[in-house]
Amino acid sequence: MKTAVLVFPGSNCDRDIAVALEQVTGTAPAMVWHAETALPDGIGLVAVPGGFSYGDYLRAGAIAARSPVMRAVVEAAGRGLPVLGVCNGFQVLTEAGLLPGALMRNAALSFVCRDAPLTVENADSAFTRLYEQGEQVAFPVAHHDGNYFADDTTLDRLEGEGRIAFRYATPINGSARDIAGILNDRGNVLGMMPHPERRIEAAHGGTDGRRLFEGLIETVGA
Amino acid sequence: MKLKVYVTLKPGVLDPQGRAIHHALGSLGFAGVEDVRVGRLIELTVADDTDDAAVEAMCRQLLANTVIENFRIERA
Repeated sequence: MKTAVLVFPGSNCDRDIAVALEQVTGTAPAMVWHAETALPDGIGLVAVPGGFSYGDYLRAGAIAARSPVMRAVVEAAGRGLPVLGVCNGFQVLTEAGLLPGALMRNAALSFVCRDAPLTVENADSAFTRLYEQGEQVAFPVAHHDGNYFADDTTLDRLEGEGRIAFRYATPINGSARDIAGILNDRGNVLGMMPHPERRIEAAHGGTDGRRLFEGLIETVGA
Repeated sequence: MKLKVYVTLKPGVLDPQGRAIHHALGSLGFAGVEDVRVGRLIELTVADDTDDAAVEAMCRQLLANTVIENFRIERA
């Protein structure tokens, strides 16, 4: 499967996710600079990486979400192309309107950098199909703005439609209903604060993250 | 023409920064502070013929995230 990784000024997990994608797919992803106006042909996934795009100026992810390449991503997501946003990538996807809600400063105001135990809330999505419903996994988190906010109507809809993909097993940042990752209504866009790409090989301390990418390959087809 | 755009958190949206400042004011001995909310002031210099609709569009599309924030435009 061919994949693409977006690169913004200030992205810093673009190489981590590129390594993960290359390991799992066998093909190095195309690295796509934010100023591009089109995505490469024939890709099965766009990854929006973590980092501090544009120094988190204005709001985390706000400027990146208005960059030329994001217009192509919004259009491709509308056609059903899988899009994965991790950490700053999740913030970018909410700012771009591909996912509901917003990510605010952590409730305790402190940067959180540690392993986060998570519960898989939806094991039926293209991204989570190789996990068990209710399974506990642990991915690293490293963020200052991971406090998920949405109004109660939106939260109830996310719950009712099975669009909460991952929940923190214990609260870490004040997120509404302990939300760690959500899907769009069609299920082809996943945004999450924890980093599955940092749990790919034994040397990372675990391989829980690998199945997310493997499941996606199964869905999209190699 | 100079404009000021005030971006503030919507009522009901928790403001951890405001809470920390509130706490610090208490530590400094300032009594009677009931609440603190932190917002943002953006100053724009725009062409004189910029109409209200254009400024409002700037706010909606970029300056404020209307999921969590309100905005108010003030002409100098």
